[in-house]
Amino acid sequence: MPLGYTLAALWSGQEGSLLLWLLVLTGVSAAAVLLNKRLVGDVLPWTVPILAGIGTYFAFIPNAVASPFATQPPPPNGVGMNASLQNPYMMIHPPLLYLGYVGLTVPFAFAMAALVSRRIDERWVVASRRWTIFSWTFLGVAILLGAKWAYESIGWGGYYAWDPVENAALMPWLAATAFLHSVMVQEKKNMLRVWNVVLIALTFSLTLFGTFLTRSGVINSIHSFSQSSIGGWFLAFIAVVAVGSAVLILARLSILRTPIKFESLASREAAFLYNNLLLVAFALTMLWGVAFPLLSQMLRGVPITVGPPYYNFFLKIFGLPLLLLMGIGPLLAWRRASLRSFARAVAWPLLFALLIGAMLLRAGAGSSPAGLVAYTFSAFVIAAVLLEFVRGTRARKELGDATWAGAFTSLVARNRRRYGGYVSHAAVVLLTIGVVGSSVYGSTRTAHLQAGQAMSVGGYTATYLGATLKHGANHDELRGQFMLEYQGKRIGVVAAGKNHYNVEQFFSNAVGLHTDWLRAEDVMLIGDQFDKDGSVFLKIAVNPLIDLIWIAGIVFLFGSVVAMWPDAREQQQLARRSRDVATRPVTA
Amino acid sequence: MLPAILAVAVVVAALVYVVHPFFHGAEPQAAGTGAREGLELVEERDRALAALKELEFDHRTGKVSDADYRELVGQLRRRAVEVLRSLEPEQTPTRSAPRRRAKGRARAGVGS
Repeated sequence: MPLGYTLAALWSGQEGSLLLWLLVLTGVSAAAVLLNKRLVGDVLPWTVPILAGIGTYFAFIPNAVASPFATQPPPPNGVGMNASLQNPYMMIHPPLLYLGYVGLTVPFAFAMAALVSRRIDERWVVASRRWTIFSWTFLGVAILLGAKWAYESIGWGGYYAWDPVENAALMPWLAATAFLHSVMVQEKKNMLRVWNVVLIALTFSLTLFGTFLTRSGVINSIHSFSQSSIGGWFLAFIAVVAVGSAVLILARLSILRTPIKFESLASREAAFLYNNLLLVAFALTMLWGVAFPLLSQMLRGVPITVGPPYYNFFLKIFGLPLLLLMGIGPLLAWRRASLRSFARAVAWPLLFALLIGAMLLRAGAGSSPAGLVAYTFSAFVIAAVLLEFVRGTRARKELGDATWAGAFTSLVARNRRRYGGYVSHAAVVLLTIGVVGSSVYGSTRTAHLQAGQAMSVGGYTATYLGATLKHGANHDELRGQFMLEYQGKRIGVVAAGKNHYNVEQFFSNAVGLHTDWLRAEDVMLIGDQFDKDGSVFLKIAVNPLIDLIWIAGIVFLFGSVVAMWPDAREQQQLARRSRDVATRPVTA
Repeated sequence: MLPAILAVAVVVAALVYVVHPFFHGAEPQAAGTGAREGLELVEERDRALAALKELEFDHRTGKVSDADYRELVGQLRRRAVEVLRSLEPEQTPTRSAPRRRAKGRARAGVGS
């Protein structure tokens, strides 16, 4: 096996993956303590035992319940790594996912430590927010990498199947997204303090629940390992964390509550609250869908699986208003917005969105009303984001910046989190366009072809040239060769087929993929079945705009880096606060 | 299973032993209550000043109308002044001074 896969074998099994979890946890815990000594030094004596307690649990499992060091008699030829995992994404997707998952332990530890020690000033919020952005970024990138892996390797033409384990990663990401928005309200207005600690506890509990789903084998999923005895231990730990957090939050309610109220239902902070309610509602709806087979198994003895239609329905119910809010929120002022100023702020984005909507309707996008609405809202968000940059730059210029470039730079530098966040909003728009385009406006066809025969779909024609067999290091490669043309113009030969792993007696798909970057469109060839007479059952999927999903990942990463880049102004402000408190005369 | 349960028992006992001084020892912040209140006031001061800057910027970018700006800027300035006053050192402590500071804190939403 190549060296990369030998190393990746550490996390390709259940016990080893728990060891990786522990390794990442101890690493991020040490980094969190070292990097936050100055900011929250007096909270650290409570943070460290919490991190150590969680670390102890994750050390206990591989030591006492599922040991990665158990020996077994070696089989004659070695069983190797599961063939479906022998993929370059295996080397990068799980470690990034773990950095995201495990990293969310740190904000939880800071929040709980602040509650235990009654030091609920803003410092724990700053520390937690930084680590949440870090972990949220890795989790988001890992989810997209997982989607790309599924798309390129599994060969069913899609990238996200609402698999319970995929959902298990998305749920904490949604909860963390909600926290990253509501924490701004706490920092700006000292509101939502109870809600924020609840969100932090919910996010961490969801990461544990996700780990339970993946590791215990209770759910039948492409990701899950075999049935294991760790399920009970995980459920007990989740219960301890959930109950412990709830008790602590209730015990500190009196010092967490503030009398500050929302001044208006049309304000930036109110928009954040709506966004939070939608995000959390969606995460909890997913949790219900994921937990339903377990509950039905427990109560009725039959696992009833919740399928994609359930999730797709709620994606529209919660996702479309969320998309609209991403455009409206930035245009609203803090505190309150009068109807007239709000109308003036949204006029241009609204006009642009309606224009795009009308053009798309004329082009036939009305075949999917939800798709048309999603695209119209996307246009609104993009226009709002651009307008925010333009108006902000103009205001900076008026305030004294000499050049437009200088005004733009100073605008972003003065509020990296806000403008990095806007870039992330643009990434979500790209993601939406890609998801809607590929899932609603795509086309798929399957045909049985003999050599020399052709099939067409979505303007593409594939002519079957014949099949070849090659012997690889640990597998055989059967490939059909197809001449691909678009509207009569030759593109080239695309190979699609299957790999056969001899030791494991396992077949995996090797899809043929042609990307047209200009149209952000893919044509995917899947050799479903090769018969002995040389014929092939070929499936072709044309996925319009799908490549915007991967571009969204790059834009998201860029926006996140801007948002999490150390802010010298914030550091200075925090240092000034400490100094002011230290030098403040104590009065009797 | 038995070794696992024993291991959990040992870990819990060790944790209780390590953590219990935090809960039952002398209150380390008894003397720091003033500092904590001070920190909350300083944070409130920064929030009030940041809110003024934010309002200014929102007004410039057209999100806040002139009428709203005039009304809000007065409120925010008054709040900032109240918090700044609560942070001022007392030259000659009078009977009304603690009451004024408490009033400032209450209006700023601190310590409730």
